[in-house]
Amino acid sequence: MSKQPTLQASSNERIFDVIIYIIASIIIIAVLYPLIFIVSASFSDPTKVLNGEVWLLPKGLTLDAYTNILHNEKIWLGYRNTIFYTVVGTVINIIMTVLAAYPLSRPDLPGRNVIMVFITLTMFFSGGLIPTYLLVKNLGMVDTMWALIIPGAIATYNLIVMRTYFQSSIPWELQEAAHMDGCSNWRLLLSIILPLSKPILAVMVLFYAVGHWNSFFNALIYIRNENLHPLQLVLREILLISQSDAVDGSLGLEDKILLAESIKYAVIIVSSLPVLLMYPFVQRHFVKGVMIGSIKG
Amino acid sequence: MKSAKTDATITMPRSHPKKNSGLLRQMGKRLDLYLMLLLPVTWYLVFHYAPLYGLQIAFKNFNPAKGILGSSWEGFGHFQRFFDSYYFWRLLWNTLSINLFSLLIAFPIPILLALIINEIRNKTFSKWLQNITYIPHFISVVVIVGILNVFLSPHTGPVNLLIEAFGGTPIRFLEEAGWFKTIFISSNIWQNMGWQSIIYIAALSGVNPHLYEAAKMDGASRLRRIWHISLPGIAPVVIILLILDIGHFMNIGFEKILLMQNNLNLESSDVISTFVYTTGILKGEYSYTAAIGLFNSIINLLLLLLVNRIARKTSETSLW
Repeated sequence: MSKQPTLQASSNERIFDVIIYIIASIIIIAVLYPLIFIVSASFSDPTKVLNGEVWLLPKGLTLDAYTNILHNEKIWLGYRNTIFYTVVGTVINIIMTVLAAYPLSRPDLPGRNVIMVFITLTMFFSGGLIPTYLLVKNLGMVDTMWALIIPGAIATYNLIVMRTYFQSSIPWELQEAAHMDGCSNWRLLLSIILPLSKPILAVMVLFYAVGHWNSFFNALIYIRNENLHPLQLVLREILLISQSDAVDGSLGLEDKILLAESIKYAVIIVSSLPVLLMYPFVQRHFVKGVMIGSIKG
Repeated sequence: MKSAKTDATITMPRSHPKKNSGLLRQMGKRLDLYLMLLLPVTWYLVFHYAPLYGLQIAFKNFNPAKGILGSSWEGFGHFQRFFDSYYFWRLLWNTLSINLFSLLIAFPIPILLALIINEIRNKTFSKWLQNITYIPHFISVVVIVGILNVFLSPHTGPVNLLIEAFGGTPIRFLEEAGWFKTIFISSNIWQNMGWQSIIYIAALSGVNPHLYEAAKMDGASRLRRIWHISLPGIAPVVIILLILDIGHFMNIGFEKILLMQNNLNLESSDVISTFVYTTGILKGEYSYTAAIGLFNSIINLLLLLLVNRIARKTSETSLW
């Protein structure tokens, strides 16, 4: 238990405020510093980065790292593949999630509790990595783009969030009225429910798209063909495995190491930027989405 | 894939009066709704329930040429082999300790952050604090581990340059087993505290403001108000999230561990799930690693049931 100090209450409050602001500032610096450093390093002369001269702002401003990336075919290929996975994957995710969430949100659907249990149970146990891998392999999806799209077509958590949204944010009376007018369920969904559900759809698109953009593990196990590699696998190679191979062979060893060093920072930025750029636009919505999914009920 | 977070929403709200005789007629009327469900339910059957059927290879000597049904039974042999192997205790200890430390250290931090954000009276500043702490959540694991490599690199990373500037000797952070867990957990905190705090912030915004006013009248200090009003206000959410975290206890951070792993830190980075990947997928020992994976899931499920029961008994908040 906290004991009430014997100081004056108002000065007490002030001290408390100061402490809170100090902690908050430390947190902001701790979160931002690594990000700022990476940005600065990507625009800096690699020798200066290696010598530890770059601390906050870029030193010896240069765009070499970025021009080097422009000529790297692997990164372009990875980019193209990831865009494909993200767009096609997210479209399928949304369709599947809506198809499941909408009927399950309807109080007049017999048996929906049973189906709901059938679905939520999968959040608590699974066959695990090996049986899932064997299944995908038996379905002939290994080394095809579908391996990264179909097995993850629905995220159960997102489904539940969406169902909760349909239940709590769209008046049931509205749906009943539409039924009275002879509106079919498909038309109800497409022309009444979905237009009213834009905020939650935005959240879902963000969740799923970020998931596709950032995922690497499924590609690691299912995709051997380098032409199908998503950006994250290319990144893994550049950042974590063989740094110097990513750079052209026409350079001397020292230059190679230097470029490999500098390309790292630029590659981090180039790969993270699309997601970070997307985020301010949907930010307000997704906070709401997280809240809907967690608090209601 | 998005991992499960809170879900107190599993229970159904409105129930509908229904007569047993009219059930079929009712179902018939909703035929198009069932039609919508057809694809998702089939998907669940194939991608979530079929692997459960495939789990039987843990008790067989699975031979891809013969298929699941054709392979011969092995019984508990694979489990026995795993328990007897010299790496069993290392895997178990690493899996348990990484997750236990994560739970003890990383779990409370988003709660503290939410309390701090809630206490900041300048709304612009608290919004900034929130939005900045969300950012790292959107960066991929590969990039996070890449940033760790850059920052902790022995000769060129800022951390070691700082150590050297103060006269210390550089530390090969990522290649020393002793540092692995610290780095893993603290970088997780860096990446996720902001995002995880959203739920607590939402819960805090639902606390009745009159309670704070009344406490203030009674002369309660800020800390006391946090302790007696804010914390009890978010306790149900905390409990639900704790149960769910424990429900994933044995699997946390698997992808990141895999990326951070190297031969030099294996002693403290080798966990059950990475072992299943390297031995199962890469070396093709399907039956053996399916058994190990099953062992992992069973511990996980038992933990979930246990914690849920404790929570239900002590706090009346539970998943079911």
